[in-house]
Amino acid sequence: MARTAVPTLHALANPARFLALARPATPLLLWAGIVLLAIGCWAGLTQTPPDYLQGDSVRILYIHVPAAWLGMGGWSGLAISSIAFLVWRHPLADVAARAIALPGAVFAAVCLVTGSIWGRPTWGTWWQWDGRLTSMLLLFFVYCGYMALARADAERGGDGRIPALYGIAGTVLLPIIRYSVVWWNTLHQGPSIGLTRSSIAGSILWPLGFTMAGFTLLFAAIVLMRMRATLARLKAEARLRRMARP
Amino acid sequence: MNAWPFVLAAYAVALGAAAALTLASWLAMKRAEK
Repeated sequence: MARTAVPTLHALANPARFLALARPATPLLLWAGIVLLAIGCWAGLTQTPPDYLQGDSVRILYIHVPAAWLGMGGWSGLAISSIAFLVWRHPLADVAARAIALPGAVFAAVCLVTGSIWGRPTWGTWWQWDGRLTSMLLLFFVYCGYMALARADAERGGDGRIPALYGIAGTVLLPIIRYSVVWWNTLHQGPSIGLTRSSIAGSILWPLGFTMAGFTLLFAAIVLMRMRATLARLKAEARLRRMARP
Repeated sequence: MNAWPFVLAAYAVALGAAAALTLASWLAMKRAEK
């Protein structure tokens, strides 16, 4: 399996081959994401019962959890792309890392804002400087730092290695966010959704699958759009450089 | 406390941000590929 996966990744690193796949994939991911998200939001707002303890505010779960997953998953993707860039020197991996940064930051911010809105009726406060909330806020700032660094690197004609190293170093935050609710006393609830079991009733949980899949496909479509825009700009710049040559 | 204003505000933030990001990315891609 690993033998075939690496050559496939190398083949995809060819921009022409990547674009041949990305062009049809973008609208497919986009529309599939929108449809799943619409079903998930409709079901989450109208088809599930209120929680016995939290009441209707539990419905924020269906958008808060996918936002948290994409904020953290986005950084994982950014770090994997950075490793691929440093190891194999594929420029497309660098383009992917930079394309992931903005949507990752936006979803980290959405996670913070929706969590804060959820906190007010549930905990009686908009914000608490506890482990989970503070580490997620740090992730948002780390995204902002990456975007500033990547822009400065591009403007100074850098080779992309410094943003890539920063992308890898930032992964240290991911286990801290994940286990913050276990390591420290916090208002935030402990881990309630796992891969195999969940402490949330199935009658409340099921729309989460739709919104998780919907937001994830939408995120993938956004990353593909941003990568295509960058590749088109790089192609136009290369053409201008060729024309400017005497 | 009525939770619905909080629920609707959270959905507006999340869906509004996702829609704005999608639209901006789509327009940037179309502009660059023109």
